[in-house]
Amino acid sequence: MKTYEEINEKIASKKAVVLTAAEIIDYVEEKGIEQAAKEVDVVTTATFGPMCSSGCFLNFGHSQPKIRITEAWIDDVLAYSGIAAVDLYMGATQLRHNDPANLDYPGEFKFGGGHVIEKLIRGEELQLFALSYGTDEYPLKEIRTRFNINDLNQATMVNPRNCYQNYNVAINTSNKTIYTYLGKLKPNMGNMTYSSAGQLSPLLNDPLYQTIGVGTSVWLAGAKGHVYSEGTQHASAVERTANDVPAEGAGTLALTGDMKKMNADFVRGVSFKGYGVSLALGVGIPIPILNEEILRKTTIKDRDIQAQVIDYSLDYPMKTGKVLTSVNYEELKSGSVNILGQDVETSSLSSYEKAITITEILKSEIQDGSFTLNKPYMPLPPNQGMKSMKVSK
Amino acid sequence: METKKLLLTFKKKVVEKPIVYHLVKDFDLIINLYRASITEEEEGFMVLDITGSASKIEEGINFIVAEGVKIDDAQKAFRWDEAVCTSCGNCLTHCPVDALHIKDRTTMKVEFDQNVCIDCMGCIPNCPFGACGSIFQDK
Repeated sequence: MKTYEEINEKIASKKAVVLTAAEIIDYVEEKGIEQAAKEVDVVTTATFGPMCSSGCFLNFGHSQPKIRITEAWIDDVLAYSGIAAVDLYMGATQLRHNDPANLDYPGEFKFGGGHVIEKLIRGEELQLFALSYGTDEYPLKEIRTRFNINDLNQATMVNPRNCYQNYNVAINTSNKTIYTYLGKLKPNMGNMTYSSAGQLSPLLNDPLYQTIGVGTSVWLAGAKGHVYSEGTQHASAVERTANDVPAEGAGTLALTGDMKKMNADFVRGVSFKGYGVSLALGVGIPIPILNEEILRKTTIKDRDIQAQVIDYSLDYPMKTGKVLTSVNYEELKSGSVNILGQDVETSSLSSYEKAITITEILKSEIQDGSFTLNKPYMPLPPNQGMKSMKVSK
Repeated sequence: METKKLLLTFKKKVVEKPIVYHLVKDFDLIINLYRASITEEEEGFMVLDITGSASKIEEGINFIVAEGVKIDDAQKAFRWDEAVCTSCGNCLTHCPVDALHIKDRTTMKVEFDQNVCIDCMGCIPNCPFGACGSIFQDK
């Protein structure tokens, strides 16, 4: 048994024993749970993939004369301004003004909120165009100016839903091609796509939220951020396999961090043909090995994590709840899985390779004493369901 | 017999010359044409394999250069930017020849084999990050 304080002391003196979620599997196999739990202080987990419920608050400081912004666009992408005078929120999935969207089906969606966020972090120059109705103390009615992230007072990423614990696998049983946020799906089950870091994924290594809670420090695209709340649609009361790993989406995290400290390699605008724009994000979460039970959970392997295969031509859009079958991540990562008697090629929207990189960066930051852990001050809801939208008749 | 893959760039003045006809007729070369295009600016691109004896290939290439056509040896119209690629792998099921592929399933790193690529451009609209491109699209 170890405490957060003891682990943080070891980190501060650069003596912490840290392994990645990939390394811990063989380590425990070799040493046994009991010995490994004594030796290992932290296991690093990570994921990199599109996370649509992401965005950022930006504060521009005041112009002279002052403006109380009521409509705003950054590089022609609409930002939400229904907050204080020069605060804006830029969301990842916002399209650029005049994007023809799916009028020219399937649309290309070359630039949007996710790309604005990436440009900001790259330190590139962007254009702010803002309007106002004008008030006595905020007389300016229009402003057009160029800025980069260093000109802002704050650029704070605030993501209502990241790190989905598990995710379904998309397939298309219809006879026509469809375009989704899980990529282009060929007709007659011509391919299938998934999006999870599997055995590296944070919430799959802590399936019962024993260490990840509100207040947990996270590596958010290179910045030290934290979990500020349960994520939207957090639904912990789901079917779980014997190892407590959920068979479907389940838990989510709401994350925040300082964009000025982020690395653009891990914050990338993405375009999904026929669907829209989003933001791919890299997140790393350290798991303190407080006891054997917590360690055992981190030894989860791809083959022991199931994902549900859903038909995106019918069952997903119509919300029928039907699951075609379940497959595991070892099968998915092999490149081909047999589905209902047919060999189907697989591909991913999340990057396992980037997730490995993040687990290694976080490992070295903990080893060199620069990244310490936070004890969560509130657990994530352990037994919570998810409502469907109430639609009045 | 050997095969060489070439990307030809035709400037405005030579775009109407029957280069391929002369390669076949005058130099006895076998041509496998992958993709050709003339852009709005009246620049032309052509990606092709030429097969024949080493000496005939050399003569053919000299002829093309003499005609004022620019040659990029073993270079295709397709461009894969490794620095932009995140190895998500979404392209893999849209590459019919596995030019984009994963060699090592423990790292899941996406790699690209220029020699296998047939310039079909199927990956381009399926890369969310914009790592795949082609001179035929950019021009």
